Amino acid sequence: MADTVSSPDLRSILDARGYRAALEWIARRAEAFVIPLAALVVGMVLFSLFILAVGKSPVQLYETMWRGGFGSWFSIQNSLSRGAPLLLAALCVALPARLGLVVIGGEGAIVLGGVAAAAIGVALNGAPSFLVILLMGVGGAAAGGIWIGVVGALRHYRAVNETISSLLMAYIAIALMNHLVEGPLRDPASLNKPSTQPLADIYRIGNIPGMEVHWGLVVGILACVFSWLLIEKTRWGFAARIAGGNVRAAQVQGLAVGPLIVGFTALAGGFAGLAGMLEVAAVQGSANGSLAAGYGYTGILVAFLARHNPLAIIPVAILLGGIDASGGLIQRRMDLPDATVLVLQGMLFIVILFSETFYGRFKLFNPDLWQRST
Amino acid sequence: METTDIGLWGVPLAMLGGAIRVSTPFIFVSLGEAITERSGRINLGLEGTLVFGAMSAYAVAVMTGSPWLGLLAAALAGLCFGLFHGWICKFPKVNDIAIGIALMLFGTGLAFFFGKPFIQPSAPDLPAIPFGAWSDIPQVQAALNVNVLFLIGAALAVFLWWAFRNTRIGLIVRVVGDSADAARAMGLNPNTVRLLATGVGGALAGIGGAYLSLYYPGSWTERISSGQGLMAVALVIFARWNPLGCFAAALLFGGAGALGPALQSVGVTQGYYLFYAAPYILTLVIMIATSSPSRTLAGAPGELSITK
Repeated sequence: MADTVSSPDLRSILDARGYRAALEWIARRAEAFVIPLAALVVGMVLFSLFILAVGKSPVQLYETMWRGGFGSWFSIQNSLSRGAPLLLAALCVALPARLGLVVIGGEGAIVLGGVAAAAIGVALNGAPSFLVILLMGVGGAAAGGIWIGVVGALRHYRAVNETISSLLMAYIAIALMNHLVEGPLRDPASLNKPSTQPLADIYRIGNIPGMEVHWGLVVGILACVFSWLLIEKTRWGFAARIAGGNVRAAQVQGLAVGPLIVGFTALAGGFAGLAGMLEVAAVQGSANGSLAAGYGYTGILVAFLARHNPLAIIPVAILLGGIDASGGLIQRRMDLPDATVLVLQGMLFIVILFSETFYGRFKLFNPDLWQRST
Repeated sequence: METTDIGLWGVPLAMLGGAIRVSTPFIFVSLGEAITERSGRINLGLEGTLVFGAMSAYAVAVMTGSPWLGLLAAALAGLCFGLFHGWICKFPKVNDIAIGIALMLFGTGLAFFFGKPFIQPSAPDLPAIPFGAWSDIPQVQAALNVNVLFLIGAALAVFLWWAFRNTRIGLIVRVVGDSADAARAMGLNPNTVRLLATGVGGALAGIGGAYLSLYYPGSWTERISSGQGLMAVALVIFARWNPLGCFAAALLFGGAGALGPALQSVGVTQGYYLFYAAPYILTLVIMIATSSPSRTLAGAPGELSITK
């Protein structure tokens, strides 16, 4: 490109190390932003065609979606509240993914984390509130961590496929929750919707001051930042990334792949279990069937959209929280089924996965392929 | 129908009847997945295909009054989902397992979207053959009332077992699944073979879905499938990609799934919800027992990403 430039001044600027390096730096990172954003746009265009095909206006739909998700302070707070559990649920997919594992059973860890937290909160009724809330968090995280940690252990020590086993474990967890909530832990006063006994008010988690959003959002964002630091800045994260790239190479290097896999999956499950605890302590007030609300499954989509980067999970989870939050408004205003949001999510998911094929294909993003200027 | 008191004999009898009733969707989905996996791809999206098949079969049966047209619609819908999976996975770096998860969510979402108006109306059932008509005991009659799809599924399992060994098409699918390079050397296009294998697999899963909504449980609800499509994938691994093994495993799973209702029918209500977890626990235990970190599974297609 510099061949066409005759002015020595410009050439010297182009050859200047700083300018060129800056350009390369931008180009290499631009790919990770441009491709997912383009995929998001393509997915939304495809969804517009779908909405046209069923005889509704896509313009009205996106306008309603915007209004329901981000159009007012009220709806923004609503989206943030729904995004909070998605942050933690997405980490349950993203952390194992960095090790090359596809874990999709976060729903099970959420459900069991919620039940464990509710059981602790009821059993310790009367103890100081900070202690009980802390123990509820620890208990919820432990329940989820064990559940997904087992999936990791089975993967490493028995070569059981983690995708299938995690989903089976999720179904088992939901059956276990139904058993506990309808049986041993049931509050006899809950007639129509079997639940555990309600938590005392002092054990409930409140809202962030000045907002109608509970503290779970802060917990989720901190968990994402922590996970990013863990993966990018520590030797464990470094080892995990090597093992994710090539397990044999990691083993040859003497890395303890087994403990690494079990540790990462347990941490991932712990985050999902914490999401369940927050649902109980901040939203529901008791453990019941609403815990299996599908956060675990939307979390899969969030993690893949964010390409398993914990920092990217933060905006993506809030975006999908907004889409989720607008579902009700779309249903009422446009007379569309509540599953409309599911169709959009499915389409986005497929397009995002398809976009993987374009990485490394564009010369623009690969400075190594640029013509040398000297 | 008046019930005759046959005591605890009711449990194995109800489980036998239940195994036949519950296993049919497993048979179709696992046979479909066996074809797909033998060609070297894995389609986790069959859970979504199953749900969409159930919805489309029910909708068409309500509108036309014919369960067979419903079955056809489900098979066609499944074919489309399968072909889509097969097409999109031919692109480099597109992960077949991840696409399967996406299609699972997409198929389910689409089924809920279009299925809303069909939750209320009732559709005609697929016919069953009363093999138990010789008996006076109603429980025996109920257990041996066998749907035609079960018989078709059994015949299909035998046919596929034979076809994989003895036909040209069976050999082509197996070669593509074991080594794409060898297939290319023979002048075959692995992507085309996998596209068709995934398409056929999807069609069979759609038929499995039609059975759910048109026979047992026999209505369309949003909770019609609880992971049968996914369990079928695990079941294929357990069955070592052998169609006859798939049939046997499906019966076993059906029996496990019938355990909860069978115990409830004789008055056992303790731990009722735990028995519903029986098929999942059984699947997991079988997966643990049959996997090994040190050797690849016997009979595993060489190109399959799940066993690599």
